Amino acid sequence: MKIAICVKQVPDSWAEKKMVGGRLDRESVDAVLNDLDEYAIEEALRIIEPLNEGKETPEHSITLISMGPERTTEAIRKGLSMGADNGLLVSDAALAGSDAIATAKVLAKVIKDGGFDLVFCGTESTDARMSVIPAMLSESLGWAQLTFAGSVKVDVATKSVEIARMTESGVENMSATLPCVVSVIEKINEPRYPSFKGIMAAKKKQIDTKTLIDIGITASEVGASGAWSEVLEANPRPAREKGVKLEDSGDGGTKLADYLLEKRLV
Amino acid sequence: MANVLFLVDHDGEKVAKTAGELATFAKRAGTPVGVILSNSGKGDALAAGLNGTDCDRALVVENDEIAKHGIAAAVSALAQIVAAQQPSAVLIASSARGKEIAGRLALRIGGGVITDAIDVNENLATTQSVFGGSFMVNAKVKVGIPVITIRPSSIEAGVGSTLSSVEKVSVNIDAKDKTVTITNSQPPVKGGRPDLTEAKIVISGGRGTNGNFGEVEAMADLLGAAVGASRAATDAGWYPHTHQVGQTGKTVSPQLYIACGISGAIQHRAGMQTSKTIVAINKDPEAPIFDLADFGVVGDLFAVLPQAREAIKSKRA
Ligand SMILES: Cc1cc2nc3c(=O)[nH]c(=O)nc-3n(C[C@H](O)[C@H](O)[C@H](O)COP(=O)(O)OP(=O)(O)OC[C@H]3O[C@@H](n4cnc5c(N)ncnc54)[C@H](O)[C@@H]3O)c2cc1C
Ligand SMILES: Nc1ncnc2c1ncn2[C@@H]1O[C@H](COP(=O)(O)O)[C@@H](O)[C@H]1O
Repeated sequence: MKIAICVKQVPDSWAEKKMVGGRLDRESVDAVLNDLDEYAIEEALRIIEPLNEGKETPEHSITLISMGPERTTEAIRKGLSMGADNGLLVSDAALAGSDAIATAKVLAKVIKDGGFDLVFCGTESTDARMSVIPAMLSESLGWAQLTFAGSVKVDVATKSVEIARMTESGVENMSATLPCVVSVIEKINEPRYPSFKGIMAAKKKQIDTKTLIDIGITASEVGASGAWSEVLEANPRPAREKGVKLEDSGDGGTKLADYLLEKRLV
Repeated sequence: MANVLFLVDHDGEKVAKTAGELATFAKRAGTPVGVILSNSGKGDALAAGLNGTDCDRALVVENDEIAKHGIAAAVSALAQIVAAQQPSAVLIASSARGKEIAGRLALRIGGGVITDAIDVNENLATTQSVFGGSFMVNAKVKVGIPVITIRPSSIEAGVGSTLSSVEKVSVNIDAKDKTVTITNSQPPVKGGRPDLTEAKIVISGGRGTNGNFGEVEAMADLLGAAVGASRAATDAGWYPHTHQVGQTGKTVSPQLYIACGISGAIQHRAGMQTSKTIVAINKDPEAPIFDLADFGVVGDLFAVLPQAREAIKSKRA
C-alpha cells in the first residue's frame, strides 16, 4: 500500500495573523507544519508500522505531499522525522495566490501520477480554514470520500476502509474500498514527538521538489490569475472596545446580573 | 431575475433555522429557490418548513440513496439541479457537511467557491471574518456559478408567505458517487436546549468546571441559552464533542457569549470571537479570555453563576 499524506506549511497557529494586500502575511510569523496534519501522519504511521513490522524490505510506504514555497521542506522534514518515508513538494512561483480549486488540482495530479491507493489529510489548514481540500481531492480523483474520521480501520487484504465520521451532525459509520481519501479529526490520536533518532534519520530522507512543468500543469490554470475567486478587499477589524474587569469580592454574580439586565442581554 | 438556489439543511424531519437565513440572502441577489434533498416520503413535510421564509419555490428530491451514500451523492443530485436551473449562485449553510458539498460541487460545475461568508450582497460579493475575527475580507467568485457557504446566524431571517410552488425533481445518482456506504448514523443527542449555532445566547464551560456542568446548564436554562464547551472539556468527556466551540468545533456568533472557566486559547477564540457581547468568568486575572471580554468577573464560577442566577430571577420577578 502506498499512502500519500497532504501536509501544509502554515503560519504558527498560536500566533496572531495579519493580512497585507489581500493575502495572508506569511513573513511575520513562524511557519510550521499545520498541526491538524500531524494527526493524519500519526494515524497513517499507526496503520503502516504494524504491517511493515519485521519485513526486510517494507512493502508499505508513506509519502508526504505538499504544495507551497521552497521553505515548505522544513514542514515536510518535521513529518519525516515522525516516521514518514519521503516527501514530494510542488513549488513554483506561478502557484502564488492559488485558490482551493487550484490546490486540489495540483495535489490530485501528483497523487494520481504517484500510484497511491490511500490519501490522508488533516480536516483543516489553520490558515485558510476552508476544510474543503480533502473533499475536493476525492472529487478530482474520483476516489471515495471518508472525511472527518474519528477512527479509521484499514483492511489491506480486502482493501476495505471503515471510518467513524464525527462532526457537529453526530457520528456516522461509513465504509468504502481503496482507493480513498481520508481526513482525520484532532480527537483521533495523540501525535508523537519526533525522537532524536527520527530527526537524524529524516535528514537522509528524500524530498523531491517539482515545478508545474514537471507535473504537467499549465501556469495559467493556477495561481492568482487562474483563481476562480478573488479577494476584493481585506481590512483589520476595529479592535474590540476594552471591557470592564472586576474582582469578585462577594458580589460578582450580582454585578454580572446587573450588567446583563442593564444591557438588555437577558 | 435569476434563480439563486439554496440547499435546505434538515435532520430528516425538521428544517434547520439556516434555511430561512439562506432564503433571505438568496432574495437579495435574485429569486430564492430552496432545494430539499430528502428520503422518500419526507419531502412535503420538509418543504412545509419553508413556509413563512423569503422563499416561494421549493425543489424536492426524494431519493434514499443520498442519505445512504453521503456527500458525493448529494453533490450528484445538486449538480443535476444546477444544470437544469442554471442559477446565478448556490448558497449552502457552513458546516462540515455544507463546506464539503460546496467544494465538490464547485469543482463539478466549474464555479468558484467561497466558504464561511457572514454576508452576501446583491452582486454576490461576500464578506468573511478571518483569523478569528481580526480581519474582514470581501471576495467574489469570478469564474462560473458561485458556490457560497454562509455561517449560521449571520442574518435575521426575513418573514415571507406560504410556498407557492413545490416541485418534485428526480435525479439519478451516478455509480461513481456511491463509492461510500453509510452503515449507521447517530444524530447528536438533543437535550431540550437550543442548538449552539442557532442560539442567541451561548454559555460555555471549560476545564474550570472540573467536570461539573451543573451551574453552566442551570444558567443556560434560565436564559434559554445553548451550552458550549472548550476542547479541554470535550476531551475530558465532560461534554459531548458536538458541543465544542472553536477552531475544530463550532463557530458561534451569538448576541451574548458567556465563557466560564475557559482560559481563551487562540483555538477557542477562533470559534467565538465574533460574538456581539462576551462575558468571562475566570479565577485567573491573567487569563487571555479577559482581553476579549466586554464584562469580566475574576472569580470562582461556582460562586458567581448561582449568585447571578438568583439576582436575575429576583429582578425579573
Ligand atoms: C489542533 C488543535 C485544535 C484545537 N481546537 C480547539 C477548539 O476547537 N476549541 C477549544 O476550545 N480548544 C481547542 N484547542 C485547545 C486549546 O488550545 C486549549 O487547550 C483549550 O481551549 C483549553 O480549554 P480550557 O480553556 O477549558 O482549559 P484551560 O486552558 O486549562 O483553562 C481553564 C481555565 O479555567 C479557570 N478556572 C479553573 N477553575 C475555575 C473556577 N472554579 N472558576 C473560574 N475559573 C476557573 C482557570 O483559571 C483557567 O483559565 C485546540 C488545540 C489544538 C492543538
Ligand atoms: N497547499 C497544500 N499542500 C498540501 N496539503 C494541503 C494544502 N492545502 C490543504 N492541504 C490539505 O488539506 C487539508 C484541509 O485544508 P483546507 O481545505 O485548506 O482547510 C489540510 O489539513 C491538508 O491535509
